Amino acid sequence: MHDFLFGIFPYIALGVAIMGTIARYERDQFTWKTSSSQLLRRRQLVVGSILFHVGVLVIFFGHLVGLLTPIQVFEIIGISHGAKQMLALVVGGIAGVMALIGGGMLFHRRWTDPRIRQTSSFWDITILALLLVQLVLGLGTILVSIDHLDGHEMVTFMYWAQGIFTFDPAAASYIADAALVFKLHLLLGLVIILVFPFTRLVHVLSGFAVPFRYLLTRPGYQVVRSRRSTPLPKRSGPVSSRQATAESKPAPPSGAAAGPAE
Amino acid sequence: MRVRAQIGMVLNLDKCIGCHTCSVTCKNVWTSRDGVEYAWFNNVETKPGTGYPTDWENQKRWKGGWERTRSGKLQPRQGSKWRILANIFANPDLPEIDDYYEPFDFDYDHLQSAPEMEAFPTARARSQVTGKRIEKIEKGPNWEEILGGEFSKRSQDYNFEGVQKEIYGEYENTFMMYLPRLCEHCLNPSCAASCPSGAIYKREEDGIVLIDQEKCRGWRMCVSGCPYKKVYYNWSTGKSEKCTLCYPRIESGNPTVCSETCVGRIRYIGVMLYDADRIEEAANVADTKDLYDAQLGIFLDPHDPEVVETARADGIPGDWIKAAQESPIWKMAMEWKVAFPLHPEYRTLPMVWYIPPLSPIQNAAEAGAIGMEGAMPDVRNLRIPLRYLANMLTAGDEAPIAQALERMLAMRSYMRTKTLEGVNDEGIAARAGLSGRVIEDMYRIMALADYEDRFVIPTTHREEVEDAYDLRGDCGFTDGNGCSTGISGGSLFGGTRRPLKMPAEMQ
Repeated sequence: MHDFLFGIFPYIALGVAIMGTIARYERDQFTWKTSSSQLLRRRQLVVGSILFHVGVLVIFFGHLVGLLTPIQVFEIIGISHGAKQMLALVVGGIAGVMALIGGGMLFHRRWTDPRIRQTSSFWDITILALLLVQLVLGLGTILVSIDHLDGHEMVTFMYWAQGIFTFDPAAASYIADAALVFKLHLLLGLVIILVFPFTRLVHVLSGFAVPFRYLLTRPGYQVVRSRRSTPLPKRSGPVSSRQATAESKPAPPSGAAAGPAE
Repeated sequence: MRVRAQIGMVLNLDKCIGCHTCSVTCKNVWTSRDGVEYAWFNNVETKPGTGYPTDWENQKRWKGGWERTRSGKLQPRQGSKWRILANIFANPDLPEIDDYYEPFDFDYDHLQSAPEMEAFPTARARSQVTGKRIEKIEKGPNWEEILGGEFSKRSQDYNFEGVQKEIYGEYENTFMMYLPRLCEHCLNPSCAASCPSGAIYKREEDGIVLIDQEKCRGWRMCVSGCPYKKVYYNWSTGKSEKCTLCYPRIESGNPTVCSETCVGRIRYIGVMLYDADRIEEAANVADTKDLYDAQLGIFLDPHDPEVVETARADGIPGDWIKAAQESPIWKMAMEWKVAFPLHPEYRTLPMVWYIPPLSPIQNAAEAGAIGMEGAMPDVRNLRIPLRYLANMLTAGDEAPIAQALERMLAMRSYMRTKTLEGVNDEGIAARAGLSGRVIEDMYRIMALADYEDRFVIPTTHREEVEDAYDLRGDCGFTDGNGCSTGISGGSLFGGTRRPLKMPAEMQ
């Protein structure tokens, strides 16, 4: 069972997430959105959403870097396992509390406000609840980690995560002795990855893409689109006309006034 | 110079009777759906009033439109790209639905299905968001209809700036006008500029501003970015929506639904040619009072042979150039100078323009004493303060408004003299800087307003877009697999990728 959950299930979750995301983007982009409910109720959203998003993003990138950076890199830089663990505990702890407070506010708002509750889908509520449980579990692991600050257990998780991505058949065995709360945290994390493409979570990808699109690939502010099948020729300046010089017409703006009579 | 064509609209407020036919027909066609019950792509406001959504003109509060920074740069008022991105988790400038109104419906069925009771059954209100009972309706799409509500609230109207508004609260001095509003299809749209996804775009062929529903991600920056508050967030689909200028109708040469159904015949649609290279220059003039003139300055005279040649080179079809030459918008905005942009100080270069309304002489006693100037009353004695109209239409510059009102009064006097006395009084025309012939043309377009004169709309050239031969036996507008040929290719899952050809981004 352990081997299935931590050796095979990760591939199922990642596979479904990747294929599902591609399929949704390809077939049903209209449903790809943030599902913001700010229009319906501003109360609690501004503070809650900022705390939640900032906290979760810090945690997300913390996990990404912390788990997937090859262990040798830390050794080369000279960060000991214990120091890395302390860093993870402190930064992750603060971000986790921020996200938990923010997420709690958002959940309270979603659950109790009649407007938001009525317009929420099953997944809107479920995914937020799953994320909150995951935050609680994540913060719960701190209590376990605090007992052994040598960073040894953290390294086993790095081996596991990197083992999954390097198709190491023994990956699951590295974390066989981990505490239950860690295992639950990992499992729920995999479930969240599994359901990712079927929830509003897909907006995270757009959020990552948006700064690049808006700042880098869009030169000015405006967007003009054309339906022409053959693009317009590139040219600049007015096209001179033979008649124009002959007739001595006034320039466009000033010639527009309605003169009293000819 | 790069010539582009824009479908523009003019609304003759002098003839608007506030019947809301435009709003209702628009609603029936476009927004009678879940999530946009509260949205009116076209709405009619009674002015003075705070409008819909409440206080929309107060950009200190909503941060819509553009601003010129101290260093002379033009950027959205809600902030540069960085600031817009920084507010992506929660938009501090977004209106709440209560700023529009909570949409409601009534329990009509109760009127028929109620059991026998002592009291008559009533149809009570129900929220269309929650489905729950609303005990008291606090706001609607036109809450200040015909000066409804107390003056102290309505006088929050932003256009009273610089006007001694207290006296207009008195019954004898009160005034009123209607303001139908729709998307301005701006030359410099701040909604499009605010969209981080690049989903809002201006069409190169006709200047219509649209939201790509597939690409919209619901970051809702456009809602706050639009100073006219004419982009609406659909809370059901999570996408923003806006007036489309009824583009399927425009493409086939028909006027928009609001214009077609306008019983007062106040709406005009036509083509304007403008210089796309000078948009930023015009939107970024230092003094807001110069914005009206700056916008006039980028319109190109369609009778100028050089403009015509350049327009041809820029891919504008011949019939569009011809339509631009006959455009009622050109005549009213450029030749007669009676039409004005709504709030040019937002720097969006709006393309739905307004002819200011005439009003009765403010005070009967004054009318005899000082109000008359020849056969014409002095426009400064009209009941609607010039400054009020100027705040709305020229960023506070009264002179162009005064001239327009004088010309409209001159048109009335001239035609009255002509009809009643059989005299063509060129003197009246000359005083307003016009000629008799011009006035008769004005009369034909503005007063008689025949269908052909109001709507000069060239059709879209589909041959530039698609090969009609491929459309044979096609199944028309469809989605998904409705048209599947069984041939794989195009999309990841087989079938044609896009049943409709979407416009491509221009560089």
